[in-house]
Amino acid sequence: MIEALEFEFMRNALAAGLLASVICGIMGTLVVVNRIVFLSGGIAHAAYGGIGLASYFKWPFLPATISFSLFAAMLMATVSYSKRHRADTVIGVIWALGMAFGIILIDLTPGYNVDLMSYLFGSILAVPRSDLYIMAFISVTMVFLVTYYYQDLLAMSYDEEFAKIRGVSVKKYYFGMIGMLAVAVVLVMQVVGLILIIALLTIPPFIVEKYAKSLFQMMVASSLLGAAFTVTGLWLSYRFNITSGASIIMVSGVAFLISLIVNKIRFAGSEM
Amino acid sequence: MAIIEIKNLDFAYNREVVLKDVNLTIQQNDFVAIIGPNGGGKTTLVKLILGLLSPLKGTLLVDNKSPQKASPCVGYVPQDVHMNRSFPITVIDVALMGKLDPKQRWSRQSAANRRDAMAALDRMDMAAHADKKIGELSGGERQRVLIARALATQPKLLLLDEPTASIDTKGREDLYKLLKKLNKDITVVVVSHDLLVISRYVKSVACVNKSLHYHNQAEITGEMLGAMYLCSVEEVCPVELVGHGLSHREAAQHQEEYR
Repeated sequence: MIEALEFEFMRNALAAGLLASVICGIMGTLVVVNRIVFLSGGIAHAAYGGIGLASYFKWPFLPATISFSLFAAMLMATVSYSKRHRADTVIGVIWALGMAFGIILIDLTPGYNVDLMSYLFGSILAVPRSDLYIMAFISVTMVFLVTYYYQDLLAMSYDEEFAKIRGVSVKKYYFGMIGMLAVAVVLVMQVVGLILIIALLTIPPFIVEKYAKSLFQMMVASSLLGAAFTVTGLWLSYRFNITSGASIIMVSGVAFLISLIVNKIRFAGSEM
Repeated sequence: MAIIEIKNLDFAYNREVVLKDVNLTIQQNDFVAIIGPNGGGKTTLVKLILGLLSPLKGTLLVDNKSPQKASPCVGYVPQDVHMNRSFPITVIDVALMGKLDPKQRWSRQSAANRRDAMAALDRMDMAAHADKKIGELSGGERQRVLIARALATQPKLLLLDEPTASIDTKGREDLYKLLKKLNKDITVVVVSHDLLVISRYVKSVACVNKSLHYHNQAEITGEMLGAMYLCSVEEVCPVELVGHGLSHREAAQHQEEYR
């Protein structure tokens, strides 16, 4: 691993992975405790529509993709906020439509083809420095927002009705959280890919949830765990010459299975 | 003085009428049981009082204010079954939620708030569990923590929605005793299915089944059941009701009238 760091692209990949772990550790905690994993999958996939728009109309990539995924995310948030039981169906529809829309637009774009694989798995080994700065900027913004609104986010996530009664504007925070999720997902996705985002968003928080005693602990521990998965995955990818995104996910998946088995043994007999 | 005042209130979900022409006045220091069949509108009534829903027609005042304005002085205890048990939160942090002030930012709660939350837990005999994760507690213990959270808000009115759903019979008795103690200085309104147990503790009963009937006494009569549940007295409770001078046949006729 040490000799691998002599290459600048490896250093950048490591930095990108660590930043993605922090962003996903924070957002993933909120996603897991609010049970909006499906919704975040929907946002990530629907964002492909934005990529299609950007390439067809020759719009600048980031603004176009972020606007489109924010639009899709707000639609999903509206449905999931008012009609909880119908939400997953509608999210599924937006998920599929967004992707189809993107693919058709890319088909229609003359002479230009975005590689679907790089959207799915990203290109963590080819991360330019400018992207690292953007990711660092979102991480810092996110840490600030989550700290500043911690009590309100906690109250909303734990008991929405009680939060409302205490005067927390739950609606504002719900839409704010999903908006933040949409921005984070798009920005991190173009670096590490859609599949890795969903893995980092869900696996570390899920493993940590049983042990953490507060949302804050869960966010910190998820970020650290995500970082450990990223470093291990990158090392395996370098050592055995395999796709980096996929190997990070495999490491996370194995850890996930181990944690399931450990929980089974630890909590055997009790109501889990 | 009235803490809850409802006049000619109607409520409907998408044209389906749930509550019709409801009138209810609850005085301060009352201990009211809200009973009625599932789907009869009990929880809807609670949500209206909390200001989470708005009436279609009629007026509703809590502590002489609109429910939204009054909600900080209402201690709400939700049904435990709706809560996420694996949520990463400690008992003290749940109680601290009762001190939540949306105008106050940053993550730490003040020492005074912590003391208040701790005192509320102590009142519910849960102070020893303060640093445990909420999921490690039993159903009855969790319910006490939720009541402590409501008490931490220093409420004038304590509103509980089926607090005994996840508690055994012995635990129910204890919980109602506790509520009776709290009732010394707080008005208590409790939605419940424990008809027999509860009649020993409450001061009055409100039956909700689309319409509302308020009885300024604790006893639950067969007549009330017939009107409210539309099922035979034997099904609801076999023994005690017969003592109220209502034969099963009469009760059955009663329910026919209401159909």
